[in-house]
Amino acid sequence: MFDVAVIGAGVIGAMIARELARYDLRVAVLEKEADAAAGASRANSGIVHAGFDAAEGSLKAKFNVEGNRLMAGVCEELGVEYKNNGSVVLAFGKEQEGTLHTLLRRGEANGVKGLKILSREELFEREPNASRNATAALFAPTGGIVCPYGLTFAALGNAMDNGAEFFPDFELVRAEKGDTLRLFSADGREIEAKYAVNCAGAGAAKIARLFGDTSFTIGARKGEYILLDSAADGLVKSTVFTVPTAAGKGVLVTPTVDQNVLIGPTSVEENTFETSIRRAAFAELISKAKAMCENIPFGETITSFAGVRAYCDRHDFILEESAAAPLFNAAGIESPGLTSAPAIGRYVAEKTAARLGAKRKENFSPKRKSYFFFRKLSDEKKNEIIAADPDFGKIVCRCESVTLGEILYALRANPPARTIDGVKLRTRAGMGRCQSGFCQPSVLETICKERGIGPLEVTKNGKHSEIIAGGEI
Amino acid sequence: MNRDIVVIGGGPAGLAAAIAAYDAGCKNVLVVERESEAGGVLKQCIHSGFGLTRFGENLTGPEYAHRFLAEAEKRGIEILKNTFVTGLSAQKEVTCMNESGIFRIRAKAVILAMGCRERSKGALNIAGTRPAGLLSAGTAQKYVNIKGLLPGKRVVILGSGDIGLIMARRLTLEGAKVLCVCEIMPHSSGLRRNIAQCLDDFGIPLYLSHTIVEIEGDTRASGVTVAAVDENKNPVPGTEKHFDCDTVLFSVGLIPENELTKRAGLRLDGRTKGAFVDGDRETQIEGIFACGNVLHVHDLVDFVSEEAEIAGRAAAAYVRGGEKQKELIPAECGENVSYILPQSVNKKESGAQKLFFRVKRALKNAVIEAETGAGTKVFRRIAVAPGEMENIVLSAEELVNAQKVKISVRGEQR
Ligand SMILES: Cc1cc2nc3c(=O)[nH]c(=O)nc-3n(C[C@H](O)[C@H](O)[C@H](O)COP(=O)(O)OP(=O)(O)OC[C@H]3O[C@@H](n4cnc5c(N)ncnc54)[C@H](O)[C@@H]3O)c2cc1C
Ligand SMILES: Cc1cc2nc3c(=O)[nH]c(=O)nc-3n(C[C@H](O)[C@H](O)[C@H](O)COP(=O)(O)OP(=O)(O)OC[C@H]3O[C@@H](n4cnc5c(N)ncnc54)[C@H](O)[C@@H]3O)c2cc1C
Repeated sequence: MFDVAVIGAGVIGAMIARELARYDLRVAVLEKEADAAAGASRANSGIVHAGFDAAEGSLKAKFNVEGNRLMAGVCEELGVEYKNNGSVVLAFGKEQEGTLHTLLRRGEANGVKGLKILSREELFEREPNASRNATAALFAPTGGIVCPYGLTFAALGNAMDNGAEFFPDFELVRAEKGDTLRLFSADGREIEAKYAVNCAGAGAAKIARLFGDTSFTIGARKGEYILLDSAADGLVKSTVFTVPTAAGKGVLVTPTVDQNVLIGPTSVEENTFETSIRRAAFAELISKAKAMCENIPFGETITSFAGVRAYCDRHDFILEESAAAPLFNAAGIESPGLTSAPAIGRYVAEKTAARLGAKRKENFSPKRKSYFFFRKLSDEKKNEIIAADPDFGKIVCRCESVTLGEILYALRANPPARTIDGVKLRTRAGMGRCQSGFCQPSVLETICKERGIGPLEVTKNGKHSEIIAGGEI
Repeated sequence: MNRDIVVIGGGPAGLAAAIAAYDAGCKNVLVVERESEAGGVLKQCIHSGFGLTRFGENLTGPEYAHRFLAEAEKRGIEILKNTFVTGLSAQKEVTCMNESGIFRIRAKAVILAMGCRERSKGALNIAGTRPAGLLSAGTAQKYVNIKGLLPGKRVVILGSGDIGLIMARRLTLEGAKVLCVCEIMPHSSGLRRNIAQCLDDFGIPLYLSHTIVEIEGDTRASGVTVAAVDENKNPVPGTEKHFDCDTVLFSVGLIPENELTKRAGLRLDGRTKGAFVDGDRETQIEGIFACGNVLHVHDLVDFVSEEAEIAGRAAAAYVRGGEKQKELIPAECGENVSYILPQSVNKKESGAQKLFFRVKRALKNAVIEAETGAGTKVFRRIAVAPGEMENIVLSAEELVNAQKVKISVRGEQR
């Protein structure tokens, strides 16, 4: 019997679970996919927005600015890659310069600190590769970048280290309300809880309906990206935006915390949440990016991907107890949802704890060891670790220099990786320029050994995604 | 640790270089190899076709590698296995990492022999989904030949590079159905003999000027859409064909593995994607040499061995006598030549020099002209193709008064 069932292990569910773990509560996290960070939290821009974009007085504005303020500290505690690289919004011509001033005023009203209009010269000094056609820019020093799935795994892992339980492959399909809540998965498992928090992203409206709540609907808007190799590192220092339009924040060019360059997202209304890339996406991304930045080395492209924004018909976050309680909806969390996650986690946990009359635990430990702890050490420290555990001396992924020790850590630490993608997202093995060509067979073998399964059972990212489909020879 | 010569990479290039250096009198040579066995990519190339030029025999990859391993062993050349070279400085300090930790080796000369890697699917901007079942041909080769695992049953191959061709046959022999090989160029980048022996003999269609425009499947690949492309490589609407498949192999080019080369501060040649070298295979940093696929992608290992021996001998001479007197002249790409290796030639060399190059288009009755400023020498070939490296030899007399070597190739369209 659990006190709270958190439905959905995206960054929102993970941060909520982590904050709930501070209380004297038994927490279950239910996730339909084989791993956490399977939805929008896996494929987004990874920007910690400053907060000049969201409408004054909206929940988006409030949680964005608060989340931005909390992000550095949370990432420090959880060992997540974060960088305060600043954001720059480019204006091309007088009219757009006017929009910069609107953004500046809006940002200040939202409580964003340090916003400043840059002249053309100041812009080029900061971003030498910004388009020569730019005439001015808005600079937001509090803008940052974070590893979105890294944050999700770490927050969930920290929740688990503090007692929360994770149920992957648990697709919630039925909820029965009685003295307690009975929650059923598609494959017939059952969990009992007193209270549920709905943070199912794309599936949030469906979950609400299982409880009898039909108060909102969720729409899908796809965003496609291309990613350049770390050889392109240094192209831009800040996250570079153009002025927002009715269609959203538009395409951006940004460094990632792993020294890659990310270009995207597009914005395409869809009927489903599938993440395929349209044929037209590449030309669109390339031409938009070229209008923003000079010297982009498109030849260094190493992959492309897409994520789908799950927005609700209210066009703001839904963060409230449902009329069909015992359910709390954390839904419609589109951008800036990643930025807001630390603040949303805190808020929802406080509300839930108050509702259940829970007290704070004394032994909560907020710290978690980073997946990247090893590579950050000095050679002397690395040698000490290798002496104690020689697996850290064996490089498995040549492009990103990931060692066997790090892969085993990802397979063992909470939430344990179970798939090839699970290892990849945690350690970066397979995320470099060769895109797993070199390391995948060794990672597959390591997963087999560690989990006691055969090679035909190893999947890319869960059911039906077996890596080996032809059998053993 | 100090060494006269450190060879980075224990593939055919590294092994041949180490042996040649040893035989040239430099006994204090160390080969560092990241895998548990030396031999490089040949370990997984269990097909035959190696050594025809070098040994006049038709060997498998492992057999070819074994000849060099045996020679290295006979000389007692040390091969440090399971050891990753993670750093290289212009001062020839080599940083290594293995189970015993991180350590540095100071070398008098370094030979780069890290081989190459495959270009990945991600670089191609293909629309559609990203399911399981998309892998590079070399990875599939490793699964099949080393791990004993068959990646899939119905396969489409993109790219007609040699590895893709070899894998088309290999997968067929293991019971998979290879539906087709698509090549975006109007010609194959693979060896002619591989097209005959790996596709034609098995009735596997080769679609030239075709590419994959979309991949389907949410969890595991379920199909691809293939289309013809125009001369600008843009898909032609209305030419789409659909294939149901569970696997897509990518054989879309090899890229020299030059991360260490760059770390040492060397610039790369945009055409070869390897370092600039002279006839000794010496890079722009004195005492650092390069050979094999790290320098430019070879189709035949026989030429890798030959090139590595040049580098090995030159490195030994450098350790013994320091930098030799050189007067370098540039090798220039003329009509229809995509690159020449070496990029510069020492006109003071006492012996003849071989220049390797690739043509841009397939031609028959080809006439090769080497213009030196002091004269023009003409060579003839029945046929030339981009997938097959050519070479010419110029004598010391032909080079002594040269100002450059400009190679051009003309001929009839094939
Ligand atoms: C293209 C794009 C770019 C973005 N860029 C940014 C940005 O730069 N900065 C920023 O702050 N925000 C950004 N966002 C927004 C941010 O990514 C999201 O707000 C955030 O990831 C939402 O997290 P979530 O946990 O609500 O949803 P998700 O990550 O989608 O998680 C929901 C989870 O619920 C699971 N689930 C669904 N149904 C069920 C069920 N029935 N049973 C069990 N589990 C279920 C899903 O599998 C999924 O794992 C972007 C979003 C997109 C799509
Ligand atoms: C599928 C395939 C089919 C082929 N078919 C033929 C054929 O039929 N006939 C033929 O003649 N040739 C063929 N070839 C070509 C031939 O195999 C290659 O040209 C040759 O292997 C290149 O040798 P190399 O030593 O330069 O590179 P590799 O064989 O790639 O060796 C490089 C070595 O360096 C090591 N290394 C790299 N980086 C580091 C580092 N940082 N630290 C330590 N070690 C490192 C690698 O582990 C590897 O062992 C084929 C190649 C392939 C892939």
